[in-house]
Amino acid sequence: MSKKQKKMLIRILTSTALMVCFHILERLSILPPSGMIRFAVYMIPYLLIGHDILRKAWKGVRNRQMFDEAFLMAVATIGAIILALYSGSGDYLEAIAVMLLYQVGEWFQSYAVGKSRRNISELMDIRPDYANIERDGILEQADPDEVEIGSIIVVQPGEKVPIDGIVIEGTSTLNTAALTGESLPRDIKAGDDIISGCINESGLLRIRTIREFGDSTVSKILDLVENASSRKSRSEDFITKFARVYTPAVVYAAIALAFLPPLFHLAAGSTAGWNDWIYRALTFLVASCPCALVVSIPLSFFAGIGGASNAGILIKGSNYLELLSKVRIVVFDKTGTLTQGVFEVTGIHHNEIPDEQLIEYAALAESASSHPISKSLQKAYGKPINRSRVSDIREISGEGVTATVDGHSVTIGNEKLMTTLGMNSVRCHSTGTVIHLAIDGSYAGHIVISDVEKPHSKAAIRKLKASGIRKTVMLTGDSAGVANQIAASLGIDQVCSELLPADKVAQVEELLAAKPTNEMLAFVGDGINDAPVLRCADIGIAMGAMGSDAAIEAADIVLMDDDPMQIAKAIRISRKSLRIVYQNIAFSITIKLLCLILVAVGLANMWIAVFADVGVMILAVLNAIRALFVKNL
Amino acid sequence: MKKNYKIDVDCAACADKMEVAARKTDGVKNAIVNFMTLKMTVEFEEGADIKSVMQNVRTNCRKVEDDCEVYI
Repeated sequence: MSKKQKKMLIRILTSTALMVCFHILERLSILPPSGMIRFAVYMIPYLLIGHDILRKAWKGVRNRQMFDEAFLMAVATIGAIILALYSGSGDYLEAIAVMLLYQVGEWFQSYAVGKSRRNISELMDIRPDYANIERDGILEQADPDEVEIGSIIVVQPGEKVPIDGIVIEGTSTLNTAALTGESLPRDIKAGDDIISGCINESGLLRIRTIREFGDSTVSKILDLVENASSRKSRSEDFITKFARVYTPAVVYAAIALAFLPPLFHLAAGSTAGWNDWIYRALTFLVASCPCALVVSIPLSFFAGIGGASNAGILIKGSNYLELLSKVRIVVFDKTGTLTQGVFEVTGIHHNEIPDEQLIEYAALAESASSHPISKSLQKAYGKPINRSRVSDIREISGEGVTATVDGHSVTIGNEKLMTTLGMNSVRCHSTGTVIHLAIDGSYAGHIVISDVEKPHSKAAIRKLKASGIRKTVMLTGDSAGVANQIAASLGIDQVCSELLPADKVAQVEELLAAKPTNEMLAFVGDGINDAPVLRCADIGIAMGAMGSDAAIEAADIVLMDDDPMQIAKAIRISRKSLRIVYQNIAFSITIKLLCLILVAVGLANMWIAVFADVGVMILAVLNAIRALFVKNL
Repeated sequence: MKKNYKIDVDCAACADKMEVAARKTDGVKNAIVNFMTLKMTVEFEEGADIKSVMQNVRTNCRKVEDDCEVYI
């Protein structure tokens, strides 16, 4: 609780106590039942609880800003007091109670908003306060802003990594939960890149910084999250505009309610009943307060964005959260998004000798080449290469290699090479790059190398379909064969292959033109080479952005992790937040209208009106906070 | 030229009023008030004197919402 809130709480409690106290004194006939003394006594709790509202209303009138909540409350309560004096009923309790309940509502709202504001900033508590610099063998704490590029910093176990860099000494495990939402620790050793915002869990690390603090990942992320809700959604704009029209409208309606029916009665020749109608008009003002809407809608968006960032999904604004909930078409880039972007041996077929031996021959024969294919062969072999076993290496450009391994002549290359050597190679049914081997002049089998799917890609597509995505499209520069096979295995609806980077933009524009306007199209890419596509889609989602500046800048939504499951999660979070927003809009407006009608026909008094007002607001705020909980989506 | 300022205000409707008031101030190109993070982002017009403009922004905000603060 802040100081202001504590003060308000004391004011609320004291005036409640005074009000009850005076009421009891009156019942015991210690207080006179009418007259100026009684009036003066009851004014004490009224002014105690309402003085700031009255002052605010007065200032509003002076600055020509009269139609606000303070004005509504001031007019309603002063009106009720004058009515009590004039009609001689002496019921001041009502005015005090209205003011009191209104203040309780305001207090609760301020408490709830403050609480969720703190909750969210705690979730995103990744800002490092200092960096350790070693001087003459002693660790000194320095302001991260003042650490220059190339400095050596020390991160002790339990500390946050303050600046991006390269580990030069030490091994440890990193907790990246605050960045990616992924709870599995990550191993790190000398030579690895390290990203600021991670927490060092076990060993001491010495890091050479490669960026300034302001350009480090942690600063970029904090900047993005803190400025997120500055971009307003259409729902928020609607509420703002609604409130601007609504408050003056109800004031005029109240004036009409106070004067028209009595005048009508007078004209008809019966008694006017001024007291009754003015009372109804005042109650109408109390009931009309739009705070439930005005408070809960921005709070829902704020909570949704906060919850998402805790799960490693950074959303750049409320408007994007809203657009994301309307996504029906998802377009993927293949490499790095659905596949890992690393080539691996995925199959060994038609071999006469054991798999391991075939790989061994292939790796040894290709040992002199730096081609990605030879690298993946060496990776599959997994053991250090003994170059002395290989001799007579001869590269046949664009076709393959011949070499002598352990005294056997080995030929390794594509189908064309096999044909020139007069050997019958066996065609492969799998897609990918196929490498044939011949040992001592006879065909020995082939190895298939291809880009592998990410482990969760298939499940992610299925989950997207389950959450109402109508169409999935995959764009790739790869050959049609490879693309179609991956699309079929993942369950993707449409494939566009053999595209140049510029074609991808054209392709997405075509898809944008073909879809109905109320359906949104999201493009998911890894941020490498696809910044223009990220920009031209309705929503650009960049994956695995830890460390990639281009992606953070071009995309509207950034997934810290490169797990495709996060896409479905982001969409589910946005749907939940928007559902809450619509629930609150519908719920508040319905109750409000119902209440206003009941008041106008004289079925509800001021007590009921203010209870309805405060109650709706509290429920709407509690509902809005639900958007923060996104763990199980 | 864009700058961020911390603000203090109690209700969302009041924050909205501050935003409108800040936008109407001379020398301000655009202003966005974020009630949830209690921040005001002010985009100044070319060549505006930031200090005096912000003084005016504060005065204008006080006019529409008595109980607010802009930390300049």
